[in-house]
Amino acid sequence: MRQRQTFQGARRAREFEAFVAGAAGRLLLAATLLTAEAPDDNPRARRLLTLALAHTYAYWDRLRGEDPYDRTRQYLATRFARGAWHQYGGFGRARPHPGSPLARLAPQERLILVLRLYEGVAEEQTAALLGLPAERVRTICERATATLLHPPRNPAPAVGGAKVAPS
Amino acid sequence: MNRAQREAAARRLLEQVPPPVPPDLYGEVIRRGARSLRHRTLARRLMWLLLCAASLAFLVWALTARPWVEPPSQTTPPYTGW
Repeated sequence: MRQRQTFQGARRAREFEAFVAGAAGRLLLAATLLTAEAPDDNPRARRLLTLALAHTYAYWDRLRGEDPYDRTRQYLATRFARGAWHQYGGFGRARPHPGSPLARLAPQERLILVLRLYEGVAEEQTAALLGLPAERVRTICERATATLLHPPRNPAPAVGGAKVAPS
Repeated sequence: MNRAQREAAARRLLEQVPPPVPPDLYGEVIRRGARSLRHRTLARRLMWLLLCAASLAFLVWALTARPWVEPPSQTTPPYTGW
């Protein structure tokens, strides 16, 4: 019995390590886009990713054929949505880094934009995940896309100009 | 630009080189995940223990108090000398 348990534990550790090696980079970029931090200085994104992966590790045996990447992404998104309210909304706290392409957007706009466009999650699934109507998700996504492509010039002209060019 | 073109342009903006994954991330993930698993196992064991203790206590109480036996009558006087 004990031997079987250790065998199972070793197999789980191996599978999980392979999953992390494959998925961590992409998920870390998604988390960095969510928190709008600089790519080389992203403590909040790392923390988000660590919590999400730890959650997946704890549920690894109970996934039952569910996609672990999907699960981790869901946890990441809901955790960010929950934390965004009191952590990123405060005055003067956690200001977005100007180097991030999503620095101008609100946390919810970033979340929906990353889920819809970067991760390619369907509109209905995003709506179900965040508890919003699908029309609202579409509206927010279109507005965020417009802000991203044509940033308003007046609030901080130095920030917007340089980053829009690559498209 | 229609909607699809706008979305494609935004997608190109989002696609970047992924930032380097910190090497200590995996260890931290395992540490946190294992702790969470341990807590969950402990909570499950505690719940089972509580359930067993409660059912045992109920059984002992039921066997000593025998609530299904009809209590002796209080109103009728004892029936003697007839």
